[in-house]
Amino acid sequence: MQEAMIKRAKELLTDGTVNRVLGWQKGGVAYDATPAVFDSAEALEQGFVYDDFTAANLSKYLVKETKNEGKVLVFLKPCDTYSLNQLTKEHRVNRDNVYVIGVGCDGKADVEKLRAQGMDGILGITAEGDNFVVETLYGNKTVAKADVLAERCVVCKSRKLMTYDEILGEDGEVIDSNRFDMVEQLENMTSDQRYAFWQNELSRCIRCNACRNVCPACTCEKCVFDNVNSGVANTAAADSFEEKLFHVIRAFHVAGRCTDCGECSRVCPQGIPLHLLNRKFIKDINELYGEYQAGEDTDSRGPLTNFTYDDCEPSIVHERGVE
Amino acid sequence: MQRIGVFVCWCGSNIAGTVDVHKVAEALKSEPGVVISTQYQYMCSEAGQTLIKDAIRDHKLTGIVVCSCSPRMHEATFRKTAAAAGLNPYMVEIANIREQCSWIHKDMEVGTEKAIILGRAAIAKVHLNAPLVAGESPVVKRALVIGGGIAGIQTALDIADAGFPVDIVETKPTIGGKMAQIDKTFPTLDCAACILTPKMVDAAQHEKINIYAYSEVAEVKGFVGNFSVKIKQKARMVDTTKCTGCGLCVEKCPMKKVPNEFNLGMDKRSAIYIPFAQAVPKVATIDPTACIKMKTGKCGLCATVCEAGAIDYTQQDSFIEEKYGAIVVATGYNPINLDKYDEFAYNQSPDVITSLEFERLTNAAGPTAGKLLRPSDGKHPHTLVFVQCVGSRCDVANEKGKSYCSKICCMYTAKHAMLCREKYPDTDVYVFYIDVRTPGKNFDEFYRRAVEEYGVHYIKGMVGKVAPQADGTLLVQGSDLIEGEQLKIKADLVVLAAAIEPDKSARPLATMLTASMDTNDFFTEAHPKLRPVESPTAGVFLSGCCQGPKDIPETVSQASGAAAKVIGLLVKDSLTCNPCVAHSNELMCNGCSACEKVCPYGAISYEDKEFRMPDRTTAIRRVASVNPAVCQGCGACTVACPSGAMDLNGFSNSQIMAEVDAICK
Repeated sequence: MQEAMIKRAKELLTDGTVNRVLGWQKGGVAYDATPAVFDSAEALEQGFVYDDFTAANLSKYLVKETKNEGKVLVFLKPCDTYSLNQLTKEHRVNRDNVYVIGVGCDGKADVEKLRAQGMDGILGITAEGDNFVVETLYGNKTVAKADVLAERCVVCKSRKLMTYDEILGEDGEVIDSNRFDMVEQLENMTSDQRYAFWQNELSRCIRCNACRNVCPACTCEKCVFDNVNSGVANTAAADSFEEKLFHVIRAFHVAGRCTDCGECSRVCPQGIPLHLLNRKFIKDINELYGEYQAGEDTDSRGPLTNFTYDDCEPSIVHERGVE
Repeated sequence: MQRIGVFVCWCGSNIAGTVDVHKVAEALKSEPGVVISTQYQYMCSEAGQTLIKDAIRDHKLTGIVVCSCSPRMHEATFRKTAAAAGLNPYMVEIANIREQCSWIHKDMEVGTEKAIILGRAAIAKVHLNAPLVAGESPVVKRALVIGGGIAGIQTALDIADAGFPVDIVETKPTIGGKMAQIDKTFPTLDCAACILTPKMVDAAQHEKINIYAYSEVAEVKGFVGNFSVKIKQKARMVDTTKCTGCGLCVEKCPMKKVPNEFNLGMDKRSAIYIPFAQAVPKVATIDPTACIKMKTGKCGLCATVCEAGAIDYTQQDSFIEEKYGAIVVATGYNPINLDKYDEFAYNQSPDVITSLEFERLTNAAGPTAGKLLRPSDGKHPHTLVFVQCVGSRCDVANEKGKSYCSKICCMYTAKHAMLCREKYPDTDVYVFYIDVRTPGKNFDEFYRRAVEEYGVHYIKGMVGKVAPQADGTLLVQGSDLIEGEQLKIKADLVVLAAAIEPDKSARPLATMLTASMDTNDFFTEAHPKLRPVESPTAGVFLSGCCQGPKDIPETVSQASGAAAKVIGLLVKDSLTCNPCVAHSNELMCNGCSACEKVCPYGAISYEDKEFRMPDRTTAIRRVASVNPAVCQGCGACTVACPSGAMDLNGFSNSQIMAEVDAICK
């Protein structure tokens, strides 16, 4: 796939369709591919990478890229195309300045899960059927995909590309996913248990802001957490659990707009399952306002910015809060 | 630093009864910025206002907090007071220590503590207040009346007579409403048609009145003085400009088996129809659900016979957009559905009818040409039983009915009973009642005439069961509470005084108008005693039964009252705008359109603007801008904005947070 992508990118650079390419660059280690812009065939040859570790959602980078001159080529996985649609809807990305090549995706490997399988010195990864063959300093090792796929890929909601100008590989289907199972487990807890769960998770937060910085729904010109006049700007935390408010506020801010791409949890250095907060919102929205998937289109009104006669009444908050 | 004055009102014993006002004034003295804190029996009285004015001058106050009733009650009063003393009126904050405090607490200690907290929050807010200057917006000198019954007609006539153009939107093919279906009117017994139809004609011929019959309000935008309304004209399949109302099509139409809604389904009409002889506008309407041509494509007889060439089977619903300064709601009422009243056998026997059906049975233009005949066999009934309060004054737990009194039933039942006895002296007439309520001019005299002169048997008690018998009669079982006995009456006809409820179109309309309703879907008035014809939503007025059950004289009075209010509004050339409007901080605005989507007034638009960036480059960004003349300051945008770029004058995010902080302190 990587070769085909580089070939097609070169063609589009040569024929002038685009003047640069947004893709993934080899990192210091094999599992650490980072988003990068390539402006020449040479740069692509040297640095472009696409494999089972290239997990980053490139859509957010288009907020900045589409403000520059000329058209940019971007490679998007199915889940990333939801983000692009949402950003287009919010006028954050000028879709006319993007050439999207949709690439099929069978799920990305989670390096922490590989390590848990006892793998060290990882040099590369290739997919073979239901398995990954992992090249390590200590020789090749085979592992079942199901055991090491990232959580968001295990419960993948869609392999269908929502927007593209062309496709490399094959388009997939929307999946009847069981992604809300964990949310349901949390809902079934008592409030004390749930509090303990989140206290345990969120007390680990070091407030590095990686979740916010990577989130395609967090593209504000000035984030409230960086705005001294907002009243919620960064201050020293009084206790280890104070950062919960940051995460709760952030979840509210992206509610109805979060496409559940899972980047927040992927980049969290503390391994906090932040996506569960957003998924709870998505599940609630589905239940209260009808099924809604942010990023499916570029023009519908999200349930929280729309009014219908069937909308639930505010009393729902109280009714659902009763334990 | 602000110099703040705090004025705590006793409101007689309304506040002082459960709040220690001296303690509140004393406690608030030590809040930052407060230079004077005092209390008085009635702050809104002239003496109270003078106290405030003097304090503003003597203490050089820059802001004041009045701890009193709801801002809906007296905010405007105290703003005027401040302005009279040279203070910007938007430097006034009200702490509601009456509705939200003294009225809901019984304990003095609790009430006092809460009043202090509410006062503290208002002080925290006024610290961040800034002087605001109100602009002006023009008034569109045109009124919309929604509903063409007697209420709507009267309101429209009164407004039009004052010289302002009025549009009436009526959902039925003709105006006239319920009154057109009624036979005689109490307490004078004049014929409803004789007094209504001239008014209908007046409305139709009035040069300032335009009637959109067979139409509905589809969308309402804007605000007082400047509403923009989309009206849907339903397709009649008849060109109203050509139709002469000759009725030839109605006569020739082969489809004559459609239940006639005007006669409440007691006879049939044709698929193309004119509801009644005096309909306004008198034009035909094709019922697409019954028309053979519309359903099968074959027939077309009406088009063949129509000499005016008015029939147009291809007609589509059309939309009109018009601007109005004021809107009057006159959507009226309907009798409730009696399907759930099995005990009265309404659905089992055609001889159990509602009072409105009885009106049609005794009306000369009704299905029996005014002869009182039983619907089942067309025979003359000899024993009639009227049952009052069917679905009215019910237990709230009883889901079938309404908790309120429908108000008109006692009088029309007395009328029915009296007319029955007068026209047919051979009849025996019984009325079962809980109470007889006759609070109107000449009403009790009227009821007593029914009993004393016409020999109507009034029985205090409810009917438990109506059972159709094999011989075609109805066995009515009821209790006579005064005699203390159970009665069994063999009746030929049973008439149920069904409760009335607001028309079903009222609820969606209220949402469009952002006008409030009570739990029974009656529109709420701005003040139950002092502003009974106004909705709390500025520019929206109430006429007739949409606000509560009413008889005709009361409806007409309210209709004229609403018209007077509308005229009072339309004579103004402009209205003072609310300066508490939203604005966006363009440096923070993402241009994401969230605010535009939630704005109910369409006040927000976007523009691409060039910005100088910190690194000395320029960038073009899409940013929101608010039209202050259209914004109503509801604040929906401020909470939808993810970055907090939208803020509201007078209710800024920082002010609200300051209030919350003060409360949580």
